[in-house]
Amino acid sequence: MKWDTCDPSEQYLLHLGDDALVLGHRLSEWCGHGPILEEDIALSNLALDLVGLARQYYQLAAKRIGSGTTEDRLAYWRGERDFKNHVLVEQPNGDFADTMARQFFFDAFHLLQLEAIEQSEDADLAAIARKALKETTYRAQHSSEWVVRMGDGTEESHSRISAALRRIWPFTNELFQPAEVDRIAAERGLGPDVQSLREPWLELVREVLTKAHLSLPEVPQKLLRGKSGIHSESLGFLLAEMQSLPRAYPDAQW
Amino acid sequence: MVSADDLRKRLNLVPDPEVPALSVLDLGIVRGLRMMPDGCEVDLSPTYTGCPATEVIERDVREALEELVGQGNVRIQTVLDPPWTSDWISEEGLRKLEAYGIAPPPKRSGDKRSLLGLSIPLNCPRCKSSQTERISAFGSTACKALHRCLDCQEPFEAFKCI
Repeated sequence: MKWDTCDPSEQYLLHLGDDALVLGHRLSEWCGHGPILEEDIALSNLALDLVGLARQYYQLAAKRIGSGTTEDRLAYWRGERDFKNHVLVEQPNGDFADTMARQFFFDAFHLLQLEAIEQSEDADLAAIARKALKETTYRAQHSSEWVVRMGDGTEESHSRISAALRRIWPFTNELFQPAEVDRIAAERGLGPDVQSLREPWLELVREVLTKAHLSLPEVPQKLLRGKSGIHSESLGFLLAEMQSLPRAYPDAQW
Repeated sequence: MVSADDLRKRLNLVPDPEVPALSVLDLGIVRGLRMMPDGCEVDLSPTYTGCPATEVIERDVREALEELVGQGNVRIQTVLDPPWTSDWISEEGLRKLEAYGIAPPPKRSGDKRSLLGLSIPLNCPRCKSSQTERISAFGSTACKALHRCLDCQEPFEAFKCI
């Protein structure tokens, strides 16, 4: 199936689902490797929430695309170019500070994005957002608290989180750079004009960084096109692992 | 003749697989229950998006009601909107949670949008002390957080306010 030929509204659902699935999968890689037991459990919970959210978007997309499409088909049988997630969410976990920096920047964006999608013309999509917003608030509080804890902690934790924020920062511009899928979603009243989220996002981010005695990184942004299917080298490896079982054993049952 | 009331009584015996002290009715996830000429219809709201118990609950509800209306005669619909909130747990459910050793959620969902949210003080379900602290916002299941009592020193789980 040529996924690019499906309706742009369905592609918007795939874009939203891909962000949740790819980030959820990344977080699941921490399972059993967390720095402390409580955080191991927390990271696995965050992963579970996000994979659950991806399922909701994919189930809705599958129903609308029809022709026997299923959520599993969307998750496991599309190739790298068919994934429309932000390049930010596919970035490797790095150390714990890198993971939290990635999570913090994305969570703050995700909150604003879902608040806008609550008002979507698409009632099914709005219902998913309304439900997800509650759990996203928990995630955003968790990553914000860690940024503060590390920034306001020891010399070592401060330098780790500062370095992580600098490494992840160049991937944040794509969140606010409209791609084709965003433009159509905004035109059809499905989702926000992502450019309008930049200022409120900066405000949320600044509030937390100030409390953490950190500042906005001053490093140049990257020009990225994940939402058009052009990814960093990381996504291919992630998909190869995530998709290997259903591709090796099609129709495998749990 | 089976009535909607019979269905309700049967559902009151279906436990939540992860918090078996609560029935699916206590949890407030049964949003509609109707007898139809050819069986019955149930509207269920999932608690957490990623909760693995959702599918188990659906199966348990189906099997329980099939005892009354016959196999293949139970239709279950998932209702996402309005989203489930911990405010929908019944008064009895809150009491059962506390007796089971899980601090019940305070009735105040929906007003916490700050990223640096305050954590809500909870009473220890064992010694009832209000001197408690949160260890982690995430616990053994999606719906619970980890806390600790500073008086009796016991760790305890708390149902999240969502």
